[in-house]
Amino acid sequence: MSKQGTLITVNGKSYGRVVDARLTLADFLRHEINLTGTHLGCEHGVCGACTVLVDGRSVRSCLMFAVQANGCEVTTVEGLAPDGKLSVLQQAFIDNHGLQCGFCTPGMLITLTELLREKPQPSEQDVREAITGNLCRCTGYAGIVKAALDAAQRLRNGAGKAGAR
Amino acid sequence: MKPATFDYHAPRQLKEAIELLAKLPNAKILAGGQSLVPMMNFRYVIVDHLIDLGGLDELRGITLGNGLLRIGAMTRQRDLEVSPEIAKHCPLMSEALRHVGHRQTRNRGTIGGSLAHADPAAELPAVCAAYDATVHAVSVRGIRQIPFREFAAGFMATALKSDEMIAAVDVPIWRLGHGHGFHEFARRQGDFAITGAAALLDVGVDNVVRRATLTLFGVTASPLRVEAAESRLVGQPLDAGAIRAAAAAAWLIEPISDIHAGGEYRRHLAQVLSSRALNDAARRAGVTA
Amino acid sequence: MGVKHFGARVTRLEDPALLAGRGRFVDDVKLHGVLHACFVRSPHAHAKLRGCDSRAALVIPGVHAVLTAEDLPELMRDQPLPLLLPNPSLTAARTQHALARDEVTYVGQAVAVVIADTRYIAEDAAAALIVQYDVLQATSDCRAAAEHGAPRAHSDLDSNVASTFRLAYGDTDSAFADATHVFTEAFWQHRGGGMAIETRAVLAHHDPVSDLLTVWSGTQTPHIGRRVLADLLGRDLQSIRMIAPDVGGGFGPKAIFYPEEAVIPAAALKLGRPVKWIEDRREHFLCATQERDQHWEVAIAVDAEGKILGLRGRMLHDTGAFVPWGIVMPYIAASTVPGPYVVPAYQFDTVVVLTNKVPTTPVRGAGRPQAVFAMERLMDRVARELNIDRAEVRRRNFIQPDQMPYKVGLTFRDGKPLIYDSGDYPGVQEKALGLAEYEDFRERQKAAIEQGRFIGIGLANYVEGTGLGPFEGVTVRMLPSGKVAVATGATNQGQGTRTTLSQIIAEQVGCRLEDIVMTLGDTAAISQGVGSFASRQAVNAGSSALIAGQSVRKQLIALAARTLGVNEIDIELEDGMAMSRRGNKPSVSFGDLARLAQGIPGVSLPAGQAAGIEHTAYYTPSQAAYCSGTHVAEVQVDAMTGGVKVLRYTVAHDAGRVINPLIVDGQVQGGVAHGIGNALLEWMRYDANAQPLTTSFADYMLPMATDVPTCAIAHVETVNPLNPLGVKGAGEGGTIPAPAAIVAAIEDALSPFGVHFAETPLTPERIVAAMRAAGAYERLFPA
Repeated sequence: MSKQGTLITVNGKSYGRVVDARLTLADFLRHEINLTGTHLGCEHGVCGACTVLVDGRSVRSCLMFAVQANGCEVTTVEGLAPDGKLSVLQQAFIDNHGLQCGFCTPGMLITLTELLREKPQPSEQDVREAITGNLCRCTGYAGIVKAALDAAQRLRNGAGKAGAR
Repeated sequence: MKPATFDYHAPRQLKEAIELLAKLPNAKILAGGQSLVPMMNFRYVIVDHLIDLGGLDELRGITLGNGLLRIGAMTRQRDLEVSPEIAKHCPLMSEALRHVGHRQTRNRGTIGGSLAHADPAAELPAVCAAYDATVHAVSVRGIRQIPFREFAAGFMATALKSDEMIAAVDVPIWRLGHGHGFHEFARRQGDFAITGAAALLDVGVDNVVRRATLTLFGVTASPLRVEAAESRLVGQPLDAGAIRAAAAAAWLIEPISDIHAGGEYRRHLAQVLSSRALNDAARRAGVTA
Repeated sequence: MGVKHFGARVTRLEDPALLAGRGRFVDDVKLHGVLHACFVRSPHAHAKLRGCDSRAALVIPGVHAVLTAEDLPELMRDQPLPLLLPNPSLTAARTQHALARDEVTYVGQAVAVVIADTRYIAEDAAAALIVQYDVLQATSDCRAAAEHGAPRAHSDLDSNVASTFRLAYGDTDSAFADATHVFTEAFWQHRGGGMAIETRAVLAHHDPVSDLLTVWSGTQTPHIGRRVLADLLGRDLQSIRMIAPDVGGGFGPKAIFYPEEAVIPAAALKLGRPVKWIEDRREHFLCATQERDQHWEVAIAVDAEGKILGLRGRMLHDTGAFVPWGIVMPYIAASTVPGPYVVPAYQFDTVVVLTNKVPTTPVRGAGRPQAVFAMERLMDRVARELNIDRAEVRRRNFIQPDQMPYKVGLTFRDGKPLIYDSGDYPGVQEKALGLAEYEDFRERQKAAIEQGRFIGIGLANYVEGTGLGPFEGVTVRMLPSGKVAVATGATNQGQGTRTTLSQIIAEQVGCRLEDIVMTLGDTAAISQGVGSFASRQAVNAGSSALIAGQSVRKQLIALAARTLGVNEIDIELEDGMAMSRRGNKPSVSFGDLARLAQGIPGVSLPAGQAAGIEHTAYYTPSQAAYCSGTHVAEVQVDAMTGGVKVLRYTVAHDAGRVINPLIVDGQVQGGVAHGIGNALLEWMRYDANAQPLTTSFADYMLPMATDVPTCAIAHVETVNPLNPLGVKGAGEGGTIPAPAAIVAAIEDALSPFGVHFAETPLTPERIVAAMRAAGAYERLFPA
């Protein structure tokens, strides 16, 4: 039973694979189904670059085995802009310089997508606390915080969905 | 940092899970995985079998009755954090949860996993110690109820036998209107506490303390009830002097030293945080000390 | 000229792909048949290698090879990696071998590599490998290591001292003899890392048909990497292509050439299959280079008014087990001390000490944070002792704008005299103080104390040599499609280099930003290159982009005028079209001009027409570009727990002309975050046996979003007269003075208790210990 049949729905599409039980969800996404937008920065659950939504909740995909996601719905960064048009949050990241190297960005977007869905009117402190589980070494966070608050404002003004499915 | 190979088991019923646990050699329970999986990725932990409790819906949920909250072992920390029952009847736990890891780890982490992992600096074991919670341990041999002070058996160690797992934890609820205080010092948001203090106070209309608990964590191998502080409070009128005397009892502990902090600093923090936690508890119990 | 891009807040061209999950980092490059590597690393800080038994590893299904030093190509086996920055003062110019041969000298040093079908299997096999060591005594603390008779970091060396050098000018003896006051301080800044969120990564593929070896590496310096690799493999430069694709942060440690960048290509050649290695975070803690560990003893001589008469001191630099980049950081540190101040006499001795720790090479700031910490803490000391406001004591000592260019009297690391090209140090400080409401602070502090809160303010100034040579190149080429192809040896780890170079080129050429197709960090795209470090790309690559863009503009105008039959002066370039202002405004597209410039087979080109419309420029700066700045930190200290919160952070920064304020602000803000990490959190710790103790993100703490305030940033633009853009570097200034400003602010917050600090990171535990030693708690809570 070190190998398991696993069926995971990722960004609305079903993927059935027989995988090693020890394969992390992150490696499944990156290397089994080639969705390389989800990044690995520490593999011990601190940096948050690998954050994805599993059944709508943000989780570390380096701390889940793919077999645990059997039957689950997973959303990755690729699923935030399925038709190629960037979400309101993604556009706000451009406008507010919310990224530099872009490596932590997918995890940031996923976490903030969850936050904005749960709390459409977050305070700056809410945003900062929400992303304490996502490390960024480039930006000093200012642009990310500004982008999240800007996106929340635009969404409240009816600019569409945050990008979460 | 990839884990070593293992066999994966995903029981659908508790019975199946405990049978697997009884049968399989070198097996470990996978609850939320937020502490276990990092250790597996580092290969600090190598198991032959992993029994995933994720499919056991019967271990999830919060029920209120008989003067206690029964919390299923697989209840996620995030669900506890947003639970109105917990907020109402066990406000100390609600407050403590805000310090537990980060949004993403709370979405996965479970109360059972937290208690079984028994990190000395973790918040949920401290809350269980503060409330004198009871752990329900199950195995093919039956159910065993373990008072939390016996359950916490030492540094990252519990009273669970190798074939036992946690099914639930009972938290006795205090009278509505009791006061709680929770203060921890961590280097950053969500880090394990260097030292923390949790206080519960039940104060009568005469301003006399009827019940009191003061629990320190991060200072010794497992959460520490400061009984000297509690006995200095119970039966006494609650005022600034009483709180000062109780917090001073924290000075008597013998804290651990490690890479995060020396024992002297922890002792200092224990006293400071005890004082803050007790003051918050007093204020919430309606007393301005 | 068309749209004005230079100086505009242009949003970044890099962003859309990265935001959609379409970035391409090394681990995102998928090659058929790729194998995965895991390195076997020394668990000992110092040991003799006795042998390696790989039998158990090789029988694991999916394992293809286990390579040790003996299995490497001859040159790579026998020669250590090259010393890239030699210096005559280096008496022990040690660099490591690609795989250790006889002796290992730090925990994490690569001993062997396992190649397998997956990384999972490679790690299984690495665990099954049996390496025999004879453990030797290790040397950990550089102060002890510098002593005679200390355990040696390398058993064949007589001493751990790798280099000693003195930087001096003026008569310090007289200055100190004549001084009204002399103040002495000792400082220590601990080790930290770059800690890019993307770890290092190497992928190598050899194509036997073309004999081309392609190496993707998460490096800041692919051209240098290719050169080193060619030497180690004995291959012709043209037979290797090194590509730095998207790179998830650099911060210095990715600038050097690492053993893995040699071994992985060698393995790919040997096995005839592509081989990939992705560093994991534990390896990053063990093997990626670090920096900062320096012990300082400094003395300042001042007159009765606090004017500096002289400065002298000595410093020990813990270089770790090797010196891959020579003595760059201690040298920069020693030459950065005088900073923005008139220091009439200066003498500074540096001792570079080998220890059994991972080697040090530049990390964002490269020696400057230590120097600025020393100088600025001394200035605070002078202010305190003489009872002068801290800003005022600095004012009294500033080099004035009319003294520019200012000759310090030293030689900088670029080999040129240390001459500040331009700057307005008093003006920058005033700007920062104004923005930080420094003058009102004492009232804020008083109000806070009344509420039981301890807040403090601190400031720090710096001058930073940036934009180091030797050169960087840019090619601009018109394509028949109308697009503009740009190639550069500059690399991008998040600095927005694609955007800023595009701004410069688009403005010159008259094309749209989105019509520029740029290749960065690819040795196949441009013949010469250096890479990113020392905040050098705006100066070097930016100037080359300007020069190449100007040339292409001229070529476009000349050909358009000839084609349209009008005068060159009447041609306007805009949105990819050349048109005449006169008559019926005839026009021709850039694409058509590119086609015309390629001529007709067999037909002679018109006189004056070169082949194609393109230009390659290699700008070579005459010396470093000196940027400057003032930081003001405002903190709140929990006097009881020692917890520190940075409440407000203000930066006034002079990076010369700003190409893109959005990007420069981002660089400053990110640099400050790194500086907050250095000041309060980040500490790479080792025990007495040089075993690393902080090898996870739980133990080595990076700043989180709740630790870093949004900075108030002001730009002061004094034009650099030495390069055509007038720019200076901006990548590291955010980090450099932050520890000095923050520690000063903490001291100020706790000034009622008279506690002082001379180390970073300054931990809460240290603060409480100092408070206790000062009897602060007895004063706060009298019995």
